[in-house]
Amino acid sequence: MIVGPAAGHFLRVVAGPLLAALALTAIVLLLLGVDPAAYFRQVVQRGLLSPSGLQAAITRTAPLLFIAASLILAFRAGIWNLGGDGQYLLGAVVAAALAAPLAQALPLWLAWLACFAAAAAIGAAWSVLPAWLRAFRGVNEVVSSLMMSFLGLSLANVLIKFVFQDPGTTVPQTVTLPVADRLPRLLGGALPTGVLLGLLAVLMVHWVMTRTAFGTRLRIVGLNARAAAHAGLDVPGLTLAVFALSAGLAGLAGAVDVLGVQGNVRADWNPAYGLMVVPLVFLARFNGFGAIVFVFAFSVLSVGGESAARRLGVPNYVTLMIVAILLAGLAAGEVLDQRAARRRDAARAAGGEAAR
Amino acid sequence: MTDLLTPAFATALLAGAITAGVPLLLAGLGEQMSQKAGVLNIGLEGMMLAGAYAAFVAAHGAGPWAGFAAGMLAGMAVAAVMAVMSVRFGLNQIVTGIALLLGVEGVTAILHHLKFATTYPRLSPVASWPLPGLAELPVAGPALFDRPAIVYGAIALVAAMAWIYRRTYFGLALQAAGERPSALDAAGGDVVRTRAAAVLAAGACAGLGGAFMSVVAAGIFVPFMTNGAGFIAIVLAMLARGRPLMVLCGALLFGACLSAATALQVAGVDAPVDIVQMLPFAAVLLVLALFGQGGALPAALGEAWRRGDPLGK
Repeated sequence: MIVGPAAGHFLRVVAGPLLAALALTAIVLLLLGVDPAAYFRQVVQRGLLSPSGLQAAITRTAPLLFIAASLILAFRAGIWNLGGDGQYLLGAVVAAALAAPLAQALPLWLAWLACFAAAAAIGAAWSVLPAWLRAFRGVNEVVSSLMMSFLGLSLANVLIKFVFQDPGTTVPQTVTLPVADRLPRLLGGALPTGVLLGLLAVLMVHWVMTRTAFGTRLRIVGLNARAAAHAGLDVPGLTLAVFALSAGLAGLAGAVDVLGVQGNVRADWNPAYGLMVVPLVFLARFNGFGAIVFVFAFSVLSVGGESAARRLGVPNYVTLMIVAILLAGLAAGEVLDQRAARRRDAARAAGGEAAR
Repeated sequence: MTDLLTPAFATALLAGAITAGVPLLLAGLGEQMSQKAGVLNIGLEGMMLAGAYAAFVAAHGAGPWAGFAAGMLAGMAVAAVMAVMSVRFGLNQIVTGIALLLGVEGVTAILHHLKFATTYPRLSPVASWPLPGLAELPVAGPALFDRPAIVYGAIALVAAMAWIYRRTYFGLALQAAGERPSALDAAGGDVVRTRAAAVLAAGACAGLGGAFMSVVAAGIFVPFMTNGAGFIAIVLAMLARGRPLMVLCGALLFGACLSAATALQVAGVDAPVDIVQMLPFAAVLLVLALFGQGGALPAALGEAWRRGDPLGK
């Protein structure tokens, strides 16, 4: 072998797939008539190297981190909560509706807290049906949570247009929270509060899932629900709890986006972060630290990609495509690596036999 | 409030249910085959979208039949990626499906932007094949028996699928691959090949369903136009308990919900579009809540298979 096992592992799992994905993306861009070098230069420059771009990329991680926390919690417990988009948007709408009036009536910190609580509550409420169906009737939660998500997106629009419509404008949107009442930026403006909270959420979930008895119970349910039931764990109860916590975190993602950045929610606005983060946390193998890295990288890619799209006249959807290609590349790398490991084990076993 | 029970309303509802239901039927039949073989094909929505775009492009240049063929091929192309990643390599089926959906959404939106964003061409309506005699029936005639040939084809596919499952070795192999893959393996069958074939067939069906959406139903391609239809089709397949006829019934029911907006407009009822859009998904959830219990899904659904698996599924 030319490279050692560790270097080979790195080559197969990280470097190779990244390069392959970049090359494939470049080919697609070329086919679209776009100069790939210019595209990537623009992405790196505007997403990572320019101060304002980096700032935008960091700010964008806030909701993504909350969603990553939501998904890690659910996936580790073996629950496929794919309703993140609906839970996120409902959380955002409720937070936006409450924020402006509460900010006038209450001390700011209390208003924010109330918004967070309400957003988490509506997110959790939106997961009750899939959770109940899964826990007590054995209905696969993948489809039921997706259906709830589509329902939630429409309900959010109904709420914006007919319940929380800003009376001061004809545009269908909620009342805008004044910039002065939004979540502050810490460290002299470099770190938005939402990002700090998002990091805390991911790390908390990581800690709970890997270091506490509750997390261990959830992981046992996730690995083998029947064994968990035999061990005396309350599987339906834990399922409901996981759904509530996961959906609550998704709702918080919406609140943090509204209170920190957006200030209001317009009708038909849907950033669709929910499904986007699924591949990211999967690639991070449900590890909190890995998820933080992937979320930041995605953030850079999406901020830089928007700028490159404007500059080079390609549609913004290139980011979607790159994420898919990257996922395919990294997954293929993983498979190659497992095969190499199996070959190595087989060779070692054969060597052991021969020595004996 | 106008009368909802006029013949015009009934025809519009029935015709709309067919138009919106055929894509669900096609994709649902495909998903059913894939689920029987043990692959939960979450990428179905992406396969439909790819089919819708490819079919639109081909139909724009060479007529509807070229469109249907292109739609099937595009669906199969996406399915081939799914088969390699989740069947051959044993990667997680849900994540693979989501990644494929994101990729197809991105690619079709980009291609549409580059090719059609300024022109927005429309296809001329697909010629219908009126069935002699039946097409003149009062309400049902124009809605059921005066449609493009592909509609009859989709309904014939229901019978074809039922025949495959009951009467062919492939149908038996599919079921074994979904219930107990190691049994199929021990009997000399090829689990990976069986599952891959099922996923490819699902891709072809879903692609054709997408083609129907863009070429027949809409006459135009819009990015993200499948808007959850693929996911509804997955639910249909789950609820159908392995029976193709149940997919047809479900497709008509959910098709009626999807087309309720148009039918209500015909009846002069002006419901907010967001509320009408909730109808099909609410209906799906209601049906899931009522009939979803113990969905009789294949035992090894969603599980990757590798020979010598200690669990021996």
